[in-house]
Amino acid sequence: MTGKTIGTLPRGEPILSLRGISKSFGAVSALSDIELDVHAGEVVALVGDNGAGKSTLVKVLAGVHRPTSGTISFCGREVLLDDPGTAMSLGIATVYQDLALCENLNVVANLFLGHEMKPWRLDEVSMEVRAWTLLNELAARIPSVREPVASLSGGQRQTVAIARSLLLDPKIIMLDEPTAALGVAQTAEVLNLIERVRDRGLGVVMISHNMEDVKAVADRIVVLRLGRNNGVFTRDASQQELVAAITGASENAVSRRIGRKEAGAFKAAEAGEGREIAP
Amino acid sequence: MSLENTTPKPAPALDRADVRVRHDDGVGGSLRAFLDQIRSGDLGMLPVAVGLVVISIVFSSLNPIFLAPNNLVNLLFDCATVGVISLGIVCVLMVGEIDLSVGSISGFASAMVGTLWINHGWAVYEAIPAAMAVGAVIGGLYALLYTRLGMPSFISTLAGLLAILGMQLYVLGATGSINLPYESALVRFGQILVMPHWLSHSLAILPGLVALASGVRVIRQRHRANLSAQSFGRLVLKASVLTAVLEFAVYYLNLGRGVPWMFALFVALVMVLDYLLTRTKWGRSLFAVGGNREAARRAGIKVKRIYTSAFVLCSTLAALGGILSAARLASSSQQAGTGDVNLNAIAAAVIGGTSLFGGRGSAYSALLGIIVIQAISNGLTLLNLSSSLRYMITGGVLALAVIVDSLARRSRISHGRA
Repeated sequence: MTGKTIGTLPRGEPILSLRGISKSFGAVSALSDIELDVHAGEVVALVGDNGAGKSTLVKVLAGVHRPTSGTISFCGREVLLDDPGTAMSLGIATVYQDLALCENLNVVANLFLGHEMKPWRLDEVSMEVRAWTLLNELAARIPSVREPVASLSGGQRQTVAIARSLLLDPKIIMLDEPTAALGVAQTAEVLNLIERVRDRGLGVVMISHNMEDVKAVADRIVVLRLGRNNGVFTRDASQQELVAAITGASENAVSRRIGRKEAGAFKAAEAGEGREIAP
Repeated sequence: MSLENTTPKPAPALDRADVRVRHDDGVGGSLRAFLDQIRSGDLGMLPVAVGLVVISIVFSSLNPIFLAPNNLVNLLFDCATVGVISLGIVCVLMVGEIDLSVGSISGFASAMVGTLWINHGWAVYEAIPAAMAVGAVIGGLYALLYTRLGMPSFISTLAGLLAILGMQLYVLGATGSINLPYESALVRFGQILVMPHWLSHSLAILPGLVALASGVRVIRQRHRANLSAQSFGRLVLKASVLTAVLEFAVYYLNLGRGVPWMFALFVALVMVLDYLLTRTKWGRSLFAVGGNREAARRAGIKVKRIYTSAFVLCSTLAALGGILSAARLASSSQQAGTGDVNLNAIAAAVIGGTSLFGGRGSAYSALLGIIVIQAISNGLTLLNLSSSLRYMITGGVLALAVIVDSLARRSRISHGRA
């Protein structure tokens, strides 16, 4: 990985800060009064139930949606993210949940979409070499970069989307459910990648429903609930604490289920005691 | 230990490291890759090739004049006019939109050239750019309606079809048609002017040479970058087949009057558009917007600008096509651009392999498609069929072309090729 940004940002300096961000779609307020800081060299996990506003928040930061109110500061400067291109040129790279790939184009074309080398005489060879280098760094198993993306599996597409976000040497990377479609090895590779990116001094925002992945890499865990901040945790927080913050109650479907399972196991153990084991 | 094992194995090329992928090298491999491609619904130029062979056999058996050199020269004169319009259609189809008013735009442009030039005494080199500029403005208007108001291009251009036809009739006024002088350069260009034989033969060598030179450059670059490349032999074979085909075509046409300059202009435009579509960022963006508009937007592409460029290019080329057909007919009339011009222009692009659904296509589809359509229309004219039969047959062929496109698309989806 060749990063221009290596070492330029001292660790711990806030790259991105959000103050009072709200976003409403008609009568529905998807986000209200969100506060979020992302520092250089830090992995922030964004967790929350379905409909908590995680993806909306990512889209606001990516310039896809405009916030209804609130301010976004990037590297200490207040910025207006009104266009995906603006966010990208600032150094905010995004891997969307739906990946946002063009299925009719091949892998190289997708990786470089909007940022092709030599706009009036595309440099296909250099782009292909860079594509292979990036994909190999991610330990990607892509059979051919000259096949349309439509022929790739879900996991391969995810890797292509992640590779694309790294292409422009961003200062901050946002990953919306980066491991949802990935196999065991690729998930580990993505988690390694997140750590490598963090160690280079970049900020990482990661959305995941997988608590194991979150706890494995996150420095801070920010919980959203119904479009509002609902607590910030370190990775040492217990599963119960997190689930309680996510669902909004210590009495919830998850705890009830665990309770039922424990009771069931107890009963099964009791029943087993009286039975004779066949020789 | 045998000797073979001691020699170090060369590292596999960067793009040949995956053992699961079959790499089709050599002649057998090329054939196998081609068959796979057809089976998965990626038909490319195949329907056109098959169509042209069938058409030639059928029509020449019915009337041997069909394949006579001078008839083919006439055919190429006719191809150039609607072909230029079809070239613009390729651009709008590429982004998944359509322009149904290209016929009216071409008619209006021909009427404008006629009135400005003959009735108002403008110079012809002033009238032509003026008509094309008006075409561009119309395209800009469609783009504005689409990008700002979200008006579907299908509806806005359907409205445009009528409105612009009205403007054409208004401009022509009571007389209804304006004759263009036969001795003028424009009409001679549209009816008579052909290339000198030596020039057409030399130009026919060029594509092969360019293909060879750029192919060798790419092979060198790819080897230097540790990527696999096609073999030199295959490249030479391709270039020589291309040159042989072109030289034969030119030789055959030169047995008649020769290669029309107007057709050469059309081919030059096709080659320019092909370069723009395949080798520039703009072309890549056009494909991206047609394939997945939202993904293109999120990649930072200015989607509205891409739509605007496609609409403007389409209507400008439609205006140019109208001017060429005025030159071909030596008149600007109320009938110009009406009838089957719209449908022929759109069908040519689709027959040539540009998808109606966006994101797939090439500039060459306009060239090949229009040759098929004009060949059918020319053949039917030679048979002296009544226009009722001609319309029915042409309509059937167009429907067939769209059916092939739809089936191929379904097959592509099931083979994971979008």
